Amino acid sequence: MIEAGAVAPDFTLPDQDGDEVSLQDLAGQISVLVFYPLDFSPVCTDQLNVYHEVLPELEAKGAKLYGISIDSAFSHKAFQDHLGISIPLLADFHPKGEVSKAYGAYIEERGHNQRALVMIGPDLAVTWTHQSPSPLEIPGANLIFDALERQAA
Amino acid sequence: MIEYSDLECPYCARASQLLDELPLRRVFRHFPVVSKHPRARALAVAAEAAALQERFWEMHDSLLADQGHLDDPHLWERCERLGLDLERFERDRRSDALAERVDHDFRSGIRAGVTTTPTMFVDGVAYSGVPDTDLLSILRS
Repeated sequence: MIEAGAVAPDFTLPDQDGDEVSLQDLAGQISVLVFYPLDFSPVCTDQLNVYHEVLPELEAKGAKLYGISIDSAFSHKAFQDHLGISIPLLADFHPKGEVSKAYGAYIEERGHNQRALVMIGPDLAVTWTHQSPSPLEIPGANLIFDALERQAA
Repeated sequence: MIEYSDLECPYCARASQLLDELPLRRVFRHFPVVSKHPRARALAVAAEAAALQERFWEMHDSLLADQGHLDDPHLWERCERLGLDLERFERDRRSDALAERVDHDFRSGIRAGVTTTPTMFVDGVAYSGVPDTDLLSILRS
């Protein structure tokens, strides 16, 4: 898992609409990359739904969220519609998991991501990370708020 | 025991049935996840409006017992059955005070790390989902 202080690994990935999102697009804002196992698995559903509910508060604190899994852009689009959420979902589909591997969020034996959060500062350095002890354990939104408050202090 | 619950969530309905059988003091907090359950917030304020007429748990049980009928006319029927003053109920459930109360519960859940419903806190430990036999035996003792 990548650590705070590291330079965020570069990436360019399509979002759910096929539009490319690059690390450079995140310059000047606080970003949280939400690595999660798979679209349409019940636990992910709750995680992104809950994050969606607090998006206005996170945005008020200057933070933007991006989900990342190894699913395709088409799957992401269907998943986003299914959940009724607006968090952009980035497809780390081809080469499979390449960006997730660069951030240390990919589980080789399982072929999908673990549940991890990576906060990236306006200067594109990693400022905070959280790795869930197991894919079944969902990191609460409180962890993101706490990290934002520590950095604002 | 503190429970974070969403009144449109079927798992919360099942959890409540199981908890009802135990000698417990239940503290209810709203955790409506609207992107998942579009009526969750409307139901949360409806239950709070019933609470202002001393009928919180009655409304809570009624909603969870029949989650297929959650539109406004169904709420009015429930009010009639529970003997609520409908005019007051309608005024109260649209009030800023009750919206704020539900928001406050939701935010407290977020701060406590709640990510799914139901989540129950027993002696500061969080348990998520329908209570299993282990949790039920902890609660029984």
